[in-house]
This record gives sequence, structure tokens and C-alpha cells, in this order.
Amino acid sequence: MTSTTQATPATNTCLALENVSISYGSFEAVRNVHMDIPAGKVTAFIGPSGCGKSTVLRALNRMNDLIEGCSLKGRVVFDAQNIYAKEVDPVEVRRRIGMVFQKPNPFPKSIYENIAFGARINGYKGDMDELVERSLRKAFIWDETKDKLKESGNALSGGQQQRLCIARAIAVEPEVILMDEPCSALDPISTLKIEELMHELKKTFSIVIVTHNMQQAVRVSDQTAFFNAEAVEGGSGKVGYLVEFNETERIFNAPVQQATQDYVTGRFG
Amino acid sequence: MTTTFPASSKSLHFNPSLKRNRLDQFLTGLAGVFSTIAVLPLILVLLYVLIQGGRLISIGLFTQLPPAPGLDGGGIGNALIGTVVVTLIASMIAIPVGVGGGVYLAEYSSGGWFAQFIRVGNDILAGVPSIIAGIFVYGAIVATRVFFGQSYTAAAGGLALAVLMLPTVIKTTDEGLKLVPRELTWGAIGVGASKFVTVTRITLPSAFTPIATGVVLAIARAAGETAPLIFTALFSPFWPEGLFNPIATMSVLIFNFAIMPFEPQNELAWAASFVLVVMILAANLFARWLRRFASK
Repeated sequence: MTSTTQATPATNTCLALENVSISYGSFEAVRNVHMDIPAGKVTAFIGPSGCGKSTVLRALNRMNDLIEGCSLKGRVVFDAQNIYAKEVDPVEVRRRIGMVFQKPNPFPKSIYENIAFGARINGYKGDMDELVERSLRKAFIWDETKDKLKESGNALSGGQQQRLCIARAIAVEPEVILMDEPCSALDPISTLKIEELMHELKKTFSIVIVTHNMQQAVRVSDQTAFFNAEAVEGGSGKVGYLVEFNETERIFNAPVQQATQDYVTGRFG
Repeated sequence: MTTTFPASSKSLHFNPSLKRNRLDQFLTGLAGVFSTIAVLPLILVLLYVLIQGGRLISIGLFTQLPPAPGLDGGGIGNALIGTVVVTLIASMIAIPVGVGGGVYLAEYSSGGWFAQFIRVGNDILAGVPSIIAGIFVYGAIVATRVFFGQSYTAAAGGLALAVLMLPTVIKTTDEGLKLVPRELTWGAIGVGASKFVTVTRITLPSAFTPIATGVVLAIARAAGETAPLIFTALFSPFWPEGLFNPIATMSVLIFNFAIMPFEPQNELAWAASFVLVVMILAANLFARWLRRFASK
């Protein structure tokens, strides 16, 4: 495995969603999303609960395959391939588009094994000790864990566990990291650490983050997508859609849509 | 405001003559009596077996063959080995098949009619009387002489016990895997693990304790079964002669010897009962210990 450093210009598109609609069974969760997620930047998804932002995020590395009855229409283009094409192996997709979840979920193994697991199953041939150290350093958690690599990942605090999960995700050297509300289970100090970490990580990876916290979106992201949900005729419940996608500064200071303006100024509802 | 309560209610002391307190005491006593009656059989059976069997424990009991009718002494060495052999055969069949079936139900099936059918069928199989498992193996294997023309064999006995163990192993594997948090599976899938790697490296190890507990309990149950062995493994007064010959087991030895009109055989039946009870007790304690080990 060669070290994959993303030296792509900022204007490059890393993931392109083309008319994506996602349904759970007969219930349509998100409709007609068009979006070009830039490479080497942090893109935030914001919006009220139930607007489908997590659903869209999970569609980007085919995690939705694990949910019974979830289907996607449209195309998600990554590296010039539609990741929903028939011949695509979702395991290969997830290997290049990693994920960090809402709840820290370290494996019930040692800290060392948590990092080594992904590399090992992906056929890493290099120096495992070196990879573990490098990954933990990148996730700003090396100093806290270097003396207890043999201890269980569950013995760490919540914030440390989440950084361990980020270290685990970057150990397989993906090109994109998806984060689904990575700080919602953490205290403000741990949240701050993870946000600092994101600034560092975007030098190497493209990051897409779902967050409920608008200040967090302002602090960490370059681009922001605002999702909303609206009731549709004949539909059961609300259907999510992409309202506006632009530079974070524009979204929060001079949004084009009234709904975005209402949401970011807290006048929503 | 006029009070309609009796004047005595001013006192905060417990009043045993009150109707509600008398009823309370009576019902507490009644519940105590019934629960004593409920555990009485357990205590009596254990005590009786311990007293009757415990006094006969000696080294010879474990190393000698049972005596011919009319002779004294001897032991249950062959039956002890037989029980271990037959249970081992059953475990070697039931554990891989049962764990595999449980993994299929919990991880691979999509909850369709086939999986539902297996789940319901498995629950029914768990309630089937053990003698039915015996007669099934008798009809399928013993009567047809499938194993090298042999009729009663240790292997047939092991198969009959495997049929009994299977539902427990499938059920505990299925339930144990369902307890593994989804986030753990997602985590593995998220770093690019295939389904197979996720199940074998993350999900199954996380569910090891409940599965192991279920397996130990299933083995303990199988080791004490008599009905399915009577007409599959049969019995033998000699040392075991391989897997494809009749074999002695402790439960069948108890069944045979307890009703014989000879005192030494009756005593051996008690001794075997004692050993069997201790073995099953030990297995159950081991299962409890495993469970506690897990909750730490």
C-alpha cells in the first residue's frame, strides 16, 4: 500500500451526487439531491431533524446497504465511477471512503488492535507499529494512549474513544472521511479537540460532516449544505431535499433562500 | 372538616390486629409455604442422591467395569467414558451446525419467510420430547444400519443428542448476536471489512460469552439425557470399542441398573447418579461463571 496523499486542487470535485433520491421501502426520505462535494475541504450538512442529511451521508459510502429496504435512485460519482453501479463492490467503496459515527464505537479489542484491524484486513504489508503510531498521532491521541496500547479501547473516555475511532478510520488511508454527528455524544472540550483535528485532517482528506450544531459548521467547514424537509402531496410524512449548497460564509451571512436564512438565524419553525 | 377515619389511626405504631395487617401476614406465610414446597423436590433429590451415591465414591468406581450380575464391586468407568464420548460427538455436530445456523439467522437472513420458518421450527424442535429425537435417529440410522452395517452405535447416540442440543445452540447464538450493538458492526464495515470478516472478527467474538454459556448448558442437558440413548447407543458392559459399536453411558447405566434385582448394581446406579449430578452441577456453575465474567 502506498501512502495516498491528496494533493488535489481545491476546485476538484471529490463526490458528485446526481439527482439522488433515497427511499426506505415505499417511504421517500430524500428527493432529487444535486451536489458536488469538493476534494480537500470540509463540507458540512446542516438542517432540522428528519431532513435526510444523515441518510445522504450514509449513501456516500453505501452504509445504507445495511438498512433493510433502503434504495437509491440517481448516481453518486466518486473517482469517475458511479458507486451504485452493479459491478462496484461496496467493500472497496468503504475502504476508500471511511466513516466515523455518532456514538464512539471502538472494537472491544486493545487500542493497538483497533487501529491495526482495518489495515490488516486491507492487506497492509508495512510496519504495523509505525502505522499505529502515525494514525494515533494524526488523530491527536498518541500522547494519551502511547503507554497503554495493550489496554481495551473501551477503557478510554468518550472523547478519546471518538478520536480513536477517527484514528481507526484514517489508518486505512481513505480519500474521504464521513462523520455523522461525531461530537453529539461528547463534552465541549472533547468537541473542541475533534474540531481542531478536522482542520488538520482536511490537509490530507476530504471530510463530510453532519452536524446539528450550526456554530460547529461555521467553525469547521468550508462548504455548507442546508437540508430541509417538507410535506408532499400523497406522500407519507415529510420528504427531505437540498435547499442550498454554498460556501459556509455565504450560507450563514448571505443565503439565497429564505428557508436557509430562517434556519441559520434561528427563526425556524 | 369532619373526619370519617377511626380515631386509632392517629397512632403511627404497627397494629397487628388490623385486618390488612393480618391478611398481609397470612398471605406472606402462604407464599413462603408454597415456595418451600416448590424447592423441596430439588433439595430432596440432591440430598438423596448425594447421600445414597456419595458414600459409594471410590477410585475403583471410576476405573473399573461394572460387575457381572451376581458379583460384587466394580465401577462405572466404561459408562463415564461413554458419556464423555457420546456428548463429544454430539457437541462436534451440534456446535458448528448450531452456531452456523444462528449466524445465518442473525447476520445473513433478511428476516424473510425462510428465516421466520427456521426460527419457529427451531423453537418447536426445542420443545420436542427427547425420546422423539431418539426414535428418529433409531429409524433413520440404527434400523437402516447406515454405519458400516452396525445397528446400535455410539455415533448414533451422539447424533440423537446433537438433535437435542441443536435448538439451544441456534437460539443462544441468534440471540447473542442480536445483542451486539449495531454500531460495532458499522464500525467494522466502515473501515472496509467484508461481511465475512465483520462476522468472524468482530460480531462473533463480541457475542462469545452468551454463545458459550448456551453451549455449556446444552452440553449439560445432553449429558444427562437417557431416552434418546436407550435405543441408539444402547449399552455395553465392556470398555468402549470405537464409535461404531454400542457404548455404555451413565444415564442408561442408571436406567438399567436401578431396576435390577441385584444390590451391587443398584448401588452403582446411585453412584452414577451422584457423578452425573455433580457433572451437570459443575457445568451449570461454569455457565453462570461465564455469564458473570461477561458482565464485568
